[in-house]
Amino acid sequence: MNTATQSPKPRVAIHKFASCSGCQLAFVNMGTDLIELTKLVDIVHMVEVGHVAPEDEQVDIAFIEGSITTPHDVERLKKIRANSHYLLTMGACATSGGIQALRNNADTAEWMRSVYAKPEYIESLSTSAAIANHVKVDFELWGCPVSVRQMLAAIRSLLFGVPPVISREKVCQECKRRGNNCIMITQGSPCMGPVTRTGCGALCPTFGAPCYTCYGPAESINAASFGVRLMGLGLSAEQVARKFASVNNAAPAFSEATQLFSGSAWMEE
Amino acid sequence: MNEMRYFPREKLATLIAAIKEAGYRVIGPRVEPGQGGLVYCEIAGAEDLPQGLSDEQSPGRYRLVPNGSKRYFAWANTASAIKPYVFVPRERLWSVVRKEGRLHFEPTHGQAEKTAIIGARACDLAALALQDAHFLRGKYVDTYYRARREKLLLVAVNCSHAASTCFCASTGDGPEVSGGYDILLDELDEGFIVRVGSSRGAMLMTDFPTTAATTEQIALACAQGEACRTAQTRRLPDEHLLPRLMQNLESPIWDDIAERCLACGNCTAVCPSCFCHREFDNPALNGKTTEHWRDADSCFSEDHSYLVGEVVREHTRARYRQWMTHKLATWVEQYGRTGCTGCGRCTTWCPAGIDFALEANRLLADEEGAR
Repeated sequence: MNTATQSPKPRVAIHKFASCSGCQLAFVNMGTDLIELTKLVDIVHMVEVGHVAPEDEQVDIAFIEGSITTPHDVERLKKIRANSHYLLTMGACATSGGIQALRNNADTAEWMRSVYAKPEYIESLSTSAAIANHVKVDFELWGCPVSVRQMLAAIRSLLFGVPPVISREKVCQECKRRGNNCIMITQGSPCMGPVTRTGCGALCPTFGAPCYTCYGPAESINAASFGVRLMGLGLSAEQVARKFASVNNAAPAFSEATQLFSGSAWMEE
Repeated sequence: MNEMRYFPREKLATLIAAIKEAGYRVIGPRVEPGQGGLVYCEIAGAEDLPQGLSDEQSPGRYRLVPNGSKRYFAWANTASAIKPYVFVPRERLWSVVRKEGRLHFEPTHGQAEKTAIIGARACDLAALALQDAHFLRGKYVDTYYRARREKLLLVAVNCSHAASTCFCASTGDGPEVSGGYDILLDELDEGFIVRVGSSRGAMLMTDFPTTAATTEQIALACAQGEACRTAQTRRLPDEHLLPRLMQNLESPIWDDIAERCLACGNCTAVCPSCFCHREFDNPALNGKTTEHWRDADSCFSEDHSYLVGEVVREHTRARYRQWMTHKLATWVEQYGRTGCTGCGRCTTWCPAGIDFALEANRLLADEEGAR
């Protein structure tokens, strides 16, 4: 086993926790850049492609996919953190807790009893948590799945020795740069662009489909005003709450928005 | 040179063909079904133009509706027209290659192609003059902008239809075009009155058959312009009052606006005079080459006011205030007039439906009340 100091190339690990593996698949699917990347770094751990190294393997950059849902996850994550120079989250699950965080407000014990014949064999935490809830995260890459372009830019920046530039602006800015008409204005479409972070290149609205918050909350969002606007388009308060309760439902700005529009809470605001 | 001539509607196709013949790519308004509205993009000919359609605009809403006429330009405006063809929202400025231990810089030049824009409005041309004042001013001319600007042919069309969001009459920029065009059209029920405004426009019209416009046709054109003016219900406060916005920076109305504002920056993106941009580098993965890019930016983004480690305008209140006070007050100090030409795009395309002209009036009324 090599250590970071013995290898001339920086070492990269990609670890998986509770997730669908879609971010790793996006990474594998990047095309010829993957060949270029392997000239620059050694990918020492990535289960999806068969590289398996122990958790105490020293690496320069660790990418984390998935959320933390079991006591064993916590132990494994702490080991990874202790052995990684930079730790980056990749995707919605690792960065905010993922779609599976919808269970955070449920009675976990009750669910376990209703699903498993022998619930005592299951060891699970009561929440699905973001990586940053357990260890220090150096940089966060959002998205469901993550943008490989952003991953490569982050690696390139770290190889240059500079912090990656990660924009928190809204999807709308990118949508307008692409010359799109706003589908909310022209069709009353409940597009979540005005509260969602950029990174996808405004993919959905460019093809006429409303944004559904893959990249999590943008900076300075105004969920209260935006939710009322969605209700003006015909959505019920409950539907507005569910718009925020998607793959990044546990991101604080979105979980607050979900609470605000759940039940009748929004009327008392 | 400004003689008013006339040609029947079916000859518009011939005029567009002549412009293409002269080597221009032709940009015009076209219905984009997926986008639910008109988009300025390359058109093959008159058959791509939005015949028999009008627009209904209100704060946060834009719809195209059939009007039963044969007219091509019976609508007020679109989300964007000229701006993205001169101030390109994303472009590569230069690239660098590392060769034999040295860096070689290569500017991205010579890519501007002859471009004709069909259907520019009075507000668009007034805003283009503001963009010119910014990008072509003094010693520091933006060569990328200039290359495209010099190859631009502008076929303007006077408005015959005001949207509820239009207020160009109050800024003095419309509805009639006052200058800055190569060819100017007035659309009537059966055809077009045409005027030329430049030698380039005159050359294109040399072999194009027209007849002298009749007194009746000219009267019809004047009447529809006048109707367009009187149909406008929104208005901006008089220009001499606007600097007083700067004495009202602590008004609670800014907080009231910030409660609704989404800080999404759609207003600045559709504003035909907004020119802010940011630059960034996009290195190749192998680290041997890099490209330097420019993006249109917005004063509603945190990065825009990031200075020496701090976001100066952290809250939406400060961002909206920056946008409005710059557009209506401090712009005058910079460029000799306000940055608003009354197109109303900021109001129509605001997802929160914030009414720019109304808020400016409220702020000035509040200031008067405070005294």
